[in-house]
Amino acid sequence: MSNLMITTYLVVGATFALYLYIALKSRAKNTGEFYVAGKGIHPVLNGMATGADWMSAASFISMAGMLAMGGYDASAYLMGWTGGYCLLAMLLAPYLRKYGKFTVPEFIGDRFYSQTARLVAIICLIVASLTYVIGQMKGIGVAFSRFLELPFEVGLVVGMAIVFVYAVLGGMKGVTYTQIAQYVVLIFAYTVPAVFISIQLTGHPLPQIGLGGTLSGSEGVYLLDKLDKMVVELGFTAYTAQKGSTLDIFLLTMSLMIGTAGLPHVITRFFTVPKVKDARSSAGWALVFIAILYTTAPAVGAMARLNLMNTVQTGEIGDPEGNLAMDARPQWMHNWEKTGLLGFEDKNGDGKIQYYSDNGLSAAEAGLAKALKEGGDMTAAQAKVDEASAKHAESKFAGFGWKGNEITKVDNDIMVLANPEIARLPNWVIALVAAGGIAAALSTAAGLLLAISSSISHDLLKSMLAKNIDDKTELLYGRIAMAGAILLAGYLGLNPPGFAAQVVALAFGLAASSIFPAIMMGIFVKRMNSAGAICGMLAGLGSTLLYIFWFKGFMFIASTAMAPDNAANWFMGISPGSFGAVGALINFAVAFAVSSFTKAPPERIQHLVEDIRVPMGSGAAQDH
Amino acid sequence: MNNAQKYWQANIRLVIGCLLVWFFVSFGCGILFVNQLNEFRLGGYQLGFWFAQQGSIYVFVALIFFYAWRMNQLDKKFNVEEA
Repeated sequence: MSNLMITTYLVVGATFALYLYIALKSRAKNTGEFYVAGKGIHPVLNGMATGADWMSAASFISMAGMLAMGGYDASAYLMGWTGGYCLLAMLLAPYLRKYGKFTVPEFIGDRFYSQTARLVAIICLIVASLTYVIGQMKGIGVAFSRFLELPFEVGLVVGMAIVFVYAVLGGMKGVTYTQIAQYVVLIFAYTVPAVFISIQLTGHPLPQIGLGGTLSGSEGVYLLDKLDKMVVELGFTAYTAQKGSTLDIFLLTMSLMIGTAGLPHVITRFFTVPKVKDARSSAGWALVFIAILYTTAPAVGAMARLNLMNTVQTGEIGDPEGNLAMDARPQWMHNWEKTGLLGFEDKNGDGKIQYYSDNGLSAAEAGLAKALKEGGDMTAAQAKVDEASAKHAESKFAGFGWKGNEITKVDNDIMVLANPEIARLPNWVIALVAAGGIAAALSTAAGLLLAISSSISHDLLKSMLAKNIDDKTELLYGRIAMAGAILLAGYLGLNPPGFAAQVVALAFGLAASSIFPAIMMGIFVKRMNSAGAICGMLAGLGSTLLYIFWFKGFMFIASTAMAPDNAANWFMGISPGSFGAVGALINFAVAFAVSSFTKAPPERIQHLVEDIRVPMGSGAAQDH
Repeated sequence: MNNAQKYWQANIRLVIGCLLVWFFVSFGCGILFVNQLNEFRLGGYQLGFWFAQQGSIYVFVALIFFYAWRMNQLDKKFNVEEA
């Protein structure tokens, strides 16, 4: 076993021991503690737990890679996944805390005096949370297999067992305290390598300043200018320039913001603070803790891209000696090639690696190879290759004897995980990144599983099917539902439906188009009645699902797609992932239209709305 | 108009004000006017790019705390604080 492996086992093992210790210390004794941690969590600590709950494997592992490859366009994720907290703090959190119950479907069902509304909310919640949790399970498996060299399945089972112990025992109380520990682990793991790399490149310890700073030893050349110049010379669009359509970036940002504010596992976190006042500030603290990672990520992304380009393009562009020799690839490249997330091919046989934009030549060649293997339309694929190679022949790169981009695959996920290796940081930093990735995935998985199990035991069983169970029985059902949800998520993680990566768009689309508008209208529009809310939710949900399925295939079975998934076919150039905002708009419009010609809600509901609008009289944990 | 209604109106005014700023820094500076703002610089950052990847996030944080602080004042002023 190598030194690195031993260090990694020690660091990851120590964090696991910590999580289990916390779990044993904070067992839930009643449903109040199980669902909402007894509403006694300090707002700063709750903010920290919310941060860990929210920042998933996608934030920790994938986001910097998306920034590195997408440049400015990936800003939609940065603004979208943080701006949603403003909506939460001002439009939802304080009122839901005042209302003072346990779950999101419970609020929707009570406010719209309708079990149907509650059922629609339960379905949206379970679909959104379950699709999201599959990705976390996969993230845990990947982190284990890469860093501990255990089989994927073993990693997943170990991860499941850990979540099982602290989530089933502790419920929200256990999950909250573990998430606080997980936040500390993940933020430390994310920022330490970023600080090291920022110092190496720019001399600034703060990555947020370093990204806007000058390169060390360059006499005043700004890092971003250098990066822009380099990518443009190699045929890519400038890093800081916009590539997609403004409308699509706008709507994607909006969908992610509204979706963030509508994701049930995040909303539930604001049920756990002592007071209405705390719900407001707790959202602020959550965003502080999230912002530490989200303002570091752009630096990690840009610096990783620059490091990657510098590693491959060692000298002048076009100079035969200007590129990295195939045989001289550093160790980290070999490591990641083994995982299949990084790939090379010496297309022009010069023994060097060229990494540049070949105007779609590689993509067209890959399409042809796929058509050859799977028996697709060969003529069309060949025509695309011909067109791309004609274009390529006219570019300056053909003059250098280059025959296409030779880095055939760079997975976004590599950027954060390989970053410490690229920058040659010590072993303990690499081990820390492994522990951080696992912490991010575990904490989000636990939060989602809790949202799923509480809506099953509390909303479905207690309120619809078995109304007369006592608190102790409900707690037991809650634990059984949690165990079941973990097993189901584990099964789906081991046998992921082919669409696991795409469904994140679905989770946000559902939350944005159904849950957020329903809650917001429930608070801000006293006249909104059950018919309006139900029709609105179904219309928002239905239109969003239809739009996603139209391009991705019914239930994500690609062959049932009604039109190819590309910008030429999208309605006004809106990608399926950006449609949630339009779905939300449809939801609002339908709800207002229907409620305007149906009966106003009963008087007691109007009093309920008036009551949740003022903080006075909010109680501690209460049940029905 | 009773006290609770006045409180609610003050709250709505505050929320609208905050959301205008929220929209301005992200959708305005970060997306709609990004190219115009990129003519200006903040160190090595082009200004529009900075708003999209850094500035808007800082403003979001400040906005939530500002909102929470103002709401606490309103709670007191209209006497609707929690016990």
